[in-house]
Amino acid sequence: MSTVAPQLVTSEFTPPEASHVEDYSIRTNDLSLWYGDFQALMDVSVNIKKGIITGLIGPSGCGKTTLLRCFNRINERYGNVTTTGDIEILDKNIYDEDVSVRQLRRSVGMVFQRPNPLPISIYDNVLFGMGIHDAFKSLPKSERNDIVENALREVDLWNTVKDRLKSRATTLTLEQQQKLCIARLLPLKPDIILMDEPCSALDAEGIEKVENLIESLRDEYTVVIVTHNMAQARRATDECIFMLLGEIIEHTKTSEMFLNPQHEKTEMYIQGRYG
Amino acid sequence: MSNELNNPFAATDQERQAREKEKFIKLSTQLITWLLVIPVVAIIVFLVYKSWPALSVEFITENPKVRMTAGGIWAPLIGTFFLVLVSLIIAAPIGILAGVYLNEFARDNWLTRFINLAVVNLAGVPSIVHGLFGLGAFVYFLGMDRCLLAASCTVAVMTLPVIITSTKEALASVPMAFRVACWNMGATKWQTIRTIVLPNSISGILTGVILQVARAAGETAPILFTGAMISSRVADSGWDAWVPYGLEDRFMALSYHLYIISTQWQNVPESFKFGTAAVMIGLVIAVNSISIGFRIYLRSRKKW
Repeated sequence: MSTVAPQLVTSEFTPPEASHVEDYSIRTNDLSLWYGDFQALMDVSVNIKKGIITGLIGPSGCGKTTLLRCFNRINERYGNVTTTGDIEILDKNIYDEDVSVRQLRRSVGMVFQRPNPLPISIYDNVLFGMGIHDAFKSLPKSERNDIVENALREVDLWNTVKDRLKSRATTLTLEQQQKLCIARLLPLKPDIILMDEPCSALDAEGIEKVENLIESLRDEYTVVIVTHNMAQARRATDECIFMLLGEIIEHTKTSEMFLNPQHEKTEMYIQGRYG
Repeated sequence: MSNELNNPFAATDQERQAREKEKFIKLSTQLITWLLVIPVVAIIVFLVYKSWPALSVEFITENPKVRMTAGGIWAPLIGTFFLVLVSLIIAAPIGILAGVYLNEFARDNWLTRFINLAVVNLAGVPSIVHGLFGLGAFVYFLGMDRCLLAASCTVAVMTLPVIITSTKEALASVPMAFRVACWNMGATKWQTIRTIVLPNSISGILTGVILQVARAAGETAPILFTGAMISSRVADSGWDAWVPYGLEDRFMALSYHLYIISTQWQNVPESFKFGTAAVMIGLVIAVNSISIGFRIYLRSRKKW
């Protein structure tokens, strides 16, 4: 775990010098994004550390989800989008000519607000990612079974579903579906897992279990999680980024932000005075 | 009244009137809906009654004989079968691929909107206009002459818009979340379509295609100038009875046969005319039942 002192990175400041290049999974530089004429991100420069859980908070429409979608370039599938600035993932500019979007998405996985398992069996869901990347053509069945078992064990779902791996994933409970959605990323060995309000469709018990799961992903994966739930941001993240109207207002350790916010707007938001 | 004093929930006069009106509206809409069934039942009962003397296995398996006053309707029946088959072989792949493009790949720009508009308008073109178009385009311009292929192409053009539209609708009914999930794992659009979208929309697509079978079998106008013939000598048994027409042959078809024996031919027994109509209606009902059964079966297997 990195013990770098909490940094204050706002759009007014230049990002810190890249003296610890290897410590960052995601770095953006003056990233701006427009949906048609509407500017959703404004000169966003942010460095997200490797192996920790970073929360993205801010009121609705502030650009959290948009920023998240930039990291695997899925924004390009949403129609009229223009982007300027740089995004470096694992020190590689993802807009370089020689970047394959498919390989990028393989190592930067995404989990959604509403669990979206595919309408196929649980077993096939876990292997789906490998299938589209032609990664298991030569794998014997026993190895495939191992992959499925390991992925489901990692998300603490194996004991629940091991007897009905062939049943449809859409028959699971929402909490189990969301765990499955995380599990299906794991066989692709991602470096980064992006989560867009992963718990907002779940009940209290489901939230707790999925949060525990996210907690267990720390160190091995870099997790970026968008959340509207301040309590969750406080519980489940190591660092927090507060966004407002497409700009980054504050980026510090979570404990710092909730104890001693540097900006008045951050303070007002986390105290629930607007949202 | 003391009764009303005791009852805080007593209905007002205005409410009683409203209740009467409600009853009246419900009854009248119900009656009109039930009346809709009458024409269907009446047509079928009337047809079966009138055609009863002619209906037999021989009526279906024998060729028309003695200037169509004896025998059966095998030659036009098998002709209609081949017309439907060839037209679907042409229209289904084109229509499905176009539907896939329009729903999955096309961006919303003026060209896409223009194509969609063209498809909608093509669906509204009267069938006789399709027939004349087929005559000009396939028979004369492409030099096919009047034949099964030209007629099938004409019918294919006629059925295309509905196949495209039903394919688009079937694809659009697959939740976007599935596509998003695939794309975010790095799947290409085609991988997404092949592995997730098509398997979950195939029931809707096939339903649209099957329903066009009924239409292709029933229309007279598109084949009138493009390949149907009044009478053709067809073998009574063997391979030639099953495959009597090549793509370059003119052919007999049920709808055209019915038109001919009803209006152009003399001394054809009444029961033959009604028998031909009954077989056509029976075919349409059979095909629609298959399509409905198929849809129920496939729908029962998909859940999300």
